[in-house]
Amino acid sequence: MTTPAAYQVSHLDALEAESIFVMREVVAEMERPVMLFSGGKDSIVMLRLAQKAFAPANVPFPVMHVDTGHNFPEVLEYRDQRVAELGLQLVVASVPEALASGMVRESGDGMRNRIQTPVLLDAVEKHRFDALFGGARRDEEKARAKERVFSFRDEFGQWDPKNQRPELWSLYNGRHHPGESIRVFPLSNWTELDVWHYIARERIPLPSIYYAHEREVIERDGMFYAVNEFFRPRAGEERFKAQVRYRTVGDASCTAAVRSDADTVEKVIEEVAATRITERGATRGDDRVSEAAMEDRKREGYF
Amino acid sequence: MSTEIVASANAEARAVTGAGPEARPMDLLRFATAGSVDDGKSTLIGRLLYDTKSLFTDQLAAVEAVSAARGDEYTNLALLTDGLRAEREQGITIDVAYRYFATPRRKFIIADTPGHIQYTRNMVTGASTADLALILVDARKGLVEQSRRHAFLCSLLRVPHLVLCVNKMDLVDWSQEVYERIADEFTAFAAKLDVPDLTVVPVSALRGDNIVTRSDNMPWYEGPSLLHHLERVHIASDRNLVDVRFPVQYVIRPQSTTVTDYRGYAGQVASGVLKPGDEVMVLPSGFTSRIAAVETADGPVPEAFPPMSVTVRLADEIDISRGDLICRPNNAPAVAQDIEAMVCWMDETAPLRVGGRYAIKHTTRSARAIVRGLHYRLDINSLHRDESADELRLNEIGRVRLRTTVPLLADEYRRNRTTGGFVIIDEATNRTVGAAMIVEAS
Repeated sequence: MTTPAAYQVSHLDALEAESIFVMREVVAEMERPVMLFSGGKDSIVMLRLAQKAFAPANVPFPVMHVDTGHNFPEVLEYRDQRVAELGLQLVVASVPEALASGMVRESGDGMRNRIQTPVLLDAVEKHRFDALFGGARRDEEKARAKERVFSFRDEFGQWDPKNQRPELWSLYNGRHHPGESIRVFPLSNWTELDVWHYIARERIPLPSIYYAHEREVIERDGMFYAVNEFFRPRAGEERFKAQVRYRTVGDASCTAAVRSDADTVEKVIEEVAATRITERGATRGDDRVSEAAMEDRKREGYF
Repeated sequence: MSTEIVASANAEARAVTGAGPEARPMDLLRFATAGSVDDGKSTLIGRLLYDTKSLFTDQLAAVEAVSAARGDEYTNLALLTDGLRAEREQGITIDVAYRYFATPRRKFIIADTPGHIQYTRNMVTGASTADLALILVDARKGLVEQSRRHAFLCSLLRVPHLVLCVNKMDLVDWSQEVYERIADEFTAFAAKLDVPDLTVVPVSALRGDNIVTRSDNMPWYEGPSLLHHLERVHIASDRNLVDVRFPVQYVIRPQSTTVTDYRGYAGQVASGVLKPGDEVMVLPSGFTSRIAAVETADGPVPEAFPPMSVTVRLADEIDISRGDLICRPNNAPAVAQDIEAMVCWMDETAPLRVGGRYAIKHTTRSARAIVRGLHYRLDINSLHRDESADELRLNEIGRVRLRTTVPLLADEYRRNRTTGGFVIIDEATNRTVGAAMIVEAS
């Protein structure tokens, strides 16, 4: 809440103002921006900020979903509803289609996290997008802690962490040659708790799986995976029903739930404030591969 | 923000600070830390994160495992921020890392800048957005060349608040004499630099003395703990609320059948307070008008001030586009093509040379510039000015004269960190190669 008398703004207002500034810079300076929209909470918050940045005009760019084919139905439904409400153009970069056409091949472990990168890059090239908004936050993961708000990618979509442009004041350098692009992270300075506080303050609806519900799960490596068409228990893994919610929403074959009774936004905030494990650490099988799993994927062009 | 939510956020850290539930909203403080691997900076940051419960158990477990595997004798908290493969392999910090923690009073963003590699470039980057800079010295060694360099860069970037942490007090028997000698020496040095606010705190980051709570080991110290100071340092007055500067970012003109004839100028307030009814002038045209409304997506607001992002509507239809600036008729920045600036060079591939041509980005305005002269290169250790210099190499700082293709709407950097700073970009590689702070614009 802004208190004009003291000319002070709250941390949420300061973060919001910064994110809006970043989005306006992109639209003013870049030719063909697009916003990555997965139906996850961070991209939902990012989309709300985009609405605010350009009101009363419509959001002046399309949204893109990199669809691994392993979706939570609640999230797909939410995506389509939101896109229709806001009159947005939706671009779907489809991993199943890329598999069918032979552009990519299924990896040995069945995870589609890595093979979605060429699919993303192909869509970027086809649509000649030169700026891609992503909802990544620096508090999520340590490779991300060092990424710029405007992150330069070469013509192969690669990130070179040792060769990043210095970013001073609020002066963002989005200059690039044809074929190169900029990944833009308007939520860089937000934490998981900030995102939840903002969802509460703005009363932003979320896909239901973010709130506690009963689900059939198995436990693997200390994480709770929902049993569904994309995730099959191994021999000896016992199915049981548990009260869970999702802290992150990604590919349904490698995103795990946490035990939780938090069925309202206020309870989720309390839970997040009290938790002692990072959201990716608690829920993402894909980050457990190695110490530098995220950095390696990012270098190849992953978000 | 609703009161219930504030209350639960407060609950998060109440146990840490002992603060009671408060109605005031959290604000935001950005600070930069500077120091080398030996002076305990990583330990200090680790301590702040740990004691405010901002460090997660899986992060800590990962760091402990890597430390143990490398044979470190203690858990190396630098590994928390050294996220890149090359950094862990070489045991160095390459880049500015951003870290976050919060207490019931404030959210903090730390720009953690490495001590050695690319030191100046990273420190300048981290300091450019900082409200406060935290400099560490080892109590056993006292001020070293690097401490003076840190202080100089903070003053060059006009970081409004400086905190000197005299660390490792446990290793000098909590000696008041040692502390005071260092504090006096630093205070005398800072006086030459025009540092607006300086606080000195004796700490032991390893043992947690004077970090979150006051230390029992140093009863002679009457000041606040480090966290207490960070939570309460008064930053609201750092903002310039006098000079109205609103760089226009983007013109909002809905192409819609329901909203017609709407024309709004979107931007973030750089300084000053804008209110409906105010007489304003638009630069570089010089046309004047009146503010009809200041709006956000949530509706009109009675006034706008930094760092709010708003949309301004004017009473008259005048031609305004991105890169223009809204100010007051009797308080305007210079409209200038001849710029004198302190430049920090950040490119390793080619130096800044007289006669060089570059692109520049200043507020929302882009231009080209030619380097007309290099008055001197500054030795940041001795502050000696070398007037015979003919180029600036990576991490060097000097006073430069530039001529721009189009006028900049510029203030002195010491008066306005937003309208007084710009970046220099290599037109061939598109890399950001320099940071400039305007000394004079005409």
